[in-house]
Amino acid sequence: MQDTLDRVTANPKFHEFIAMRSRYSIIMAIISAAAYYGFILLVAYNKEFLATKLGAGMTTSVGVPLGVAVIVFTIILTWIYVRRANTEFDATNEAIIKEAQK
Amino acid sequence: MTKFTQILAGLLAMAVAGGAIAAGADMGATQQQATNWTAIVMFAIFVGGTLYITKWAASKTKSAADFYTGGGGITGFQNGLAIAGDYMSAASFLGISGLVFANGFDGLIFSIGWLVGWPVITFLMAERLRNLGKFTFADVASYRFSQTPVRVFAASASLVIVAFYMIAQMVGAGQLIKVLFGLEYMYAEILVGSVMMMYVLFGGMTATTWVQIIKACMLLGGATFMAVSVLLQFGFSPEALFTKAVEVHSKKDAIMGPGALIKDPISAISVGMALMFGTAGLPHILMRFFTVPNAKEARKSVAWATTWIGYFYILTFIIGFGAITNLVTNPSEFYVGGEIAKGLKGGGNMAAVHLSKAVGGDLFLGFISAVAFATILAVVAGLTLSGASAVSHDLYASVFNKGCTSEQELRVSKITTVLLGVLAVVLGIAFEKENVAYMVMLAFVIACSSNFPVLFMSVLWKNCTTRGAVVGGFVGLASAVILTIGSASVWEAVMHNPKGSAWFPYNSAAIFSMTAAFVTIWLVSILDNSAQAKKERALYPSQQLRSETGLGASGASGH
Repeated sequence: MQDTLDRVTANPKFHEFIAMRSRYSIIMAIISAAAYYGFILLVAYNKEFLATKLGAGMTTSVGVPLGVAVIVFTIILTWIYVRRANTEFDATNEAIIKEAQK
Repeated sequence: MTKFTQILAGLLAMAVAGGAIAAGADMGATQQQATNWTAIVMFAIFVGGTLYITKWAASKTKSAADFYTGGGGITGFQNGLAIAGDYMSAASFLGISGLVFANGFDGLIFSIGWLVGWPVITFLMAERLRNLGKFTFADVASYRFSQTPVRVFAASASLVIVAFYMIAQMVGAGQLIKVLFGLEYMYAEILVGSVMMMYVLFGGMTATTWVQIIKACMLLGGATFMAVSVLLQFGFSPEALFTKAVEVHSKKDAIMGPGALIKDPISAISVGMALMFGTAGLPHILMRFFTVPNAKEARKSVAWATTWIGYFYILTFIIGFGAITNLVTNPSEFYVGGEIAKGLKGGGNMAAVHLSKAVGGDLFLGFISAVAFATILAVVAGLTLSGASAVSHDLYASVFNKGCTSEQELRVSKITTVLLGVLAVVLGIAFEKENVAYMVMLAFVIACSSNFPVLFMSVLWKNCTTRGAVVGGFVGLASAVILTIGSASVWEAVMHNPKGSAWFPYNSAAIFSMTAAFVTIWLVSILDNSAQAKKERALYPSQQLRSETGLGASGASGH
């Protein structure tokens, strides 16, 4: 076991991999935070924009589809990350471990 | 199992007797409504079914590992539903739909806030938690640190969070039972306290998980039915729904844009931070990541949880607007004395409940009432389990009696469960007349200022040390509590100081207390040059190896 651990640690591919994956997850976290805080800042600074009607004679305001879009976007973003992590990242991870166990 | 059956029989007898007494009791009590037998029967079926599951779960709960994690064999999909069940409280169902009913668009702002914590957990925490931890999040936070101080901190912060969250739930249960079932406040406390204790005591995590799953399905199913019924009335045109709502609502077109809910930008950002990062610090949520067998399933759990919770919040928005169009147009049925000015029967949070009657008749009203109450019961069970594990795993087995057996640890968790159950009932009764509206928010502020920073820094920052984590965590905890006391929602609304005298001017302390925690952890850690600190920094690579690859992670424990 200790041998495997040492060999994984010594493998430059491992460090490259975790650096890439951390970068990816941090970028995803920033995107989701940006979507949310973008919405919150509109609430704080530009209430009029959110209350603007979608079209002439309509009741639905810009804020409603925008708010629902933030929810849907959050869900989609989560699935994109989980899909990629559960297939591509896990495969790379396993390959690195296998290589070390040889 | 005869003990179990005896308690069950006793409990049912008590519930029936309680119902009978209440039916003949003085109905003049404030807000208490006529006894709703449909709701009581449906709730009794829910309790009966879940206690039957508990009996099955009890046969599988033999070790401490079974108690904390249900043996670690729960799938990602199941865990996702259970997390959603833990998270979708009665406050979010009744509270947000009530908020939409009163203010329209503003309710949506809150819904979004409650959701955005989930991507943070998904991207940054889920798999690292699963790979490093075993039973509680303190396993993760203390991985390379000295055990005693980190565990003591984690258990204190967790118990404080659980206490505030729990009081809010117990008081909510008491208020709800008066309106939904027409029973007295006291019955709610005893009923929730004892049934919840049965789940946790006998069935541990397995029973708690299934209670959450069943409750989540009932809540999602009921809310879907209501939202579809509302949309059906308007030919599935949201525009038609909004037009009608604006026409009948007293605030007219103002309900389609942001109102007075968020006053200043600092409050807006601060509330946002508490919701976004607080979720990643709630002990009963974090604990759920150890019930799945590996990191893959942990990630799937959060993806499913995010999906269900997001879907649920879209439903509550439709339900809130549906309540406007259905209730305001029928004041004699739903308003006190038939007058809109006197407010909804049972209070503003009853919008969704009244809507259920409007779209589905008395039977569906009974169902939604039972679901709303079951929701509280399930959330309280999850909280108790995490409180019990903080005491038995983090304090007893890791600090006071290191090297104790699994049996001893299990016994302590069961004793703690009983104590917490009794405490929940006592606090629920003590706070009956108090204003507890701030407590859930406070729990989130504490979580994002204590558990979250400690967890985040210990896992992701190499130079973090025990001293930094513990001092920073306590600074976050203390500043969250102190600043919240100074805010208008406590200083004026609870402590009855004159209006305008609150010395902390914002809605939420998070922006200051969370920053204080992170800065303190950083500062104390970099100034820490002790031998212990050097040892801890040297351990980071091996911790990183395990958290990133899952090598050496505790497997499906108990299998």
